[in-house]
Amino acid sequence: MKRTRLMIIAFVVGVLLAGCGGAQSAAPTTQRVPVTVLAAASLQDVFTQLKPQFEAANPGADLRFSFGGSSDLAQQIVNGAPADVFASANTAQMKVVADAGKVAGQPKPFATNVLTIVVPPGNPKNIHSFADLAKPGVTEVVCARQVPCGAATTKIEQTTHITLSPASEEPDVRSVLTKVEANEADAGLVYVTDARSAGGKVQQIDFPEAKIAVNTYPIAVINGAPHPDLAQAFVNFVLGPQGQQQLAAAGFGPA
Amino acid sequence: MTQTRDPHTVPTGLPAGLWLPALAALTLITLPVVGLLVRAPWPRFMGLVTSPSALAALELSLRTAAVSTLLCVLLGGPLAVVLARGLVPGLRLIRSVVLLPLVLPPVVGGLALLYLLGRSGFAGYALDVAFGLRVPYTTAAVVLAQTFVAMPFLVVSLEGALRTRGERYEAIAATLGAAPWTVFRRVTVPLVLPGLGSGMVLSFARCLGEFGATIAFAGSLQGVTRTLPLEVYLQREVDVDAAIALSLLLVVVAIAVIVIARPRSVEGWQ
Repeated sequence: MKRTRLMIIAFVVGVLLAGCGGAQSAAPTTQRVPVTVLAAASLQDVFTQLKPQFEAANPGADLRFSFGGSSDLAQQIVNGAPADVFASANTAQMKVVADAGKVAGQPKPFATNVLTIVVPPGNPKNIHSFADLAKPGVTEVVCARQVPCGAATTKIEQTTHITLSPASEEPDVRSVLTKVEANEADAGLVYVTDARSAGGKVQQIDFPEAKIAVNTYPIAVINGAPHPDLAQAFVNFVLGPQGQQQLAAAGFGPA
Repeated sequence: MTQTRDPHTVPTGLPAGLWLPALAALTLITLPVVGLLVRAPWPRFMGLVTSPSALAALELSLRTAAVSTLLCVLLGGPLAVVLARGLVPGLRLIRSVVLLPLVLPPVVGGLALLYLLGRSGFAGYALDVAFGLRVPYTTAAVVLAQTFVAMPFLVVSLEGALRTRGERYEAIAATLGAAPWTVFRRVTVPLVLPGLGSGMVLSFARCLGEFGATIAFAGSLQGVTRTLPLEVYLQREVDVDAAIALSLLLVVVAIAVIVIARPRSVEGWQ
């Protein structure tokens, strides 16, 4: 009995140790320098594509991404998460980081994004303009005004004097897209790049009023970055022709 | 359960080796809350937790969690009795299925509900065509999502209580000529009331904290579907202080529920 128990304990401890060891050995044994980039979730596709190009241009650099909501990432940096570069989906969250003294130099705008309407394939409610969203019988889903995409929506509503009555104000673009993809909404307001990434699961309807609210993406090297030189190299790479080309291909506008 | 102890004597025989991990466990649970307390914006606290959006979220949370807990009792209670006492083939399989909402990430549960009761889902389509009813984006959807995630807590704790109680009293009642329904009502239910109580506390607490299934299935609209955890998540985007204050409000409500209901129900059945 006692022996069995000891064996169980030994087993559990062994598994725990093996788990720790695994995490260690997973790290690359080469001398490459890790460059940690905290970037807005909407940049995931583009930045992942840029990784091999950047690493080819900068041998010895090992790009590591952490994608998430800009506000989450900003809080992580403010609270001391080790990071080299921060690429935010809006200027407000970059300001949070800058106000905490965590930005080295000046943040640089590197891309813009505008809203677009997404509808289920076939556009069952026949939506062709921003005003169509306010038609009775249309179930539309938008972002809550507390998040950037919702702030943009509110700005367009105020400027055009068209008031929407959404079925839901979601906490992020992704949830809006999911509702439309599930055909649970007749229309949703998301960024152009999100609509692109959804492929054929939604139909994209651009509207001219979108340019009322242009969202700017800033990028900056973090103050106290473990590898400031490579961090600056990545910022320059994103601002350079290769980075800008990939961003444009994903639907981002020029900064 | 069989152990009897004089409450006035110092407990003896507790292995010393338990203290350290026990202390570590307690620390792990309490320290994050201490972190919230330290970081809380005390001067603004009352203003933040009494804002219209916070009060709307709190009211909605309490209302939906209460209804969901009631649903858990009305539906999960009988299920627990069947699982503990029923002679149904495949009971073990059913028991594992009941645990599914515990294992599933809540967002997945919410999506599952959406694909069932959304207008493209078969049940949702039928409801829409037959009654013109649409479930997503309604408070009913919040209740459904909460009931889905909280049900296992009620079923598991109640089934445990039923099993430890055994069936002796019921057997005696039956030999005295009581019909099954009378035995259930007069013997089984009173005996497991404490177990039911703690199951209800667990379910209510789980409902109160529910986030993923709600956002995926019900959406988020002030006063309709935006419960307190959803409000916290949203506020965090603009005002971390407000999110912390609201989190503390949630902690206070949860502690109040546990303190008021838990001792009676748990200590009652020792």
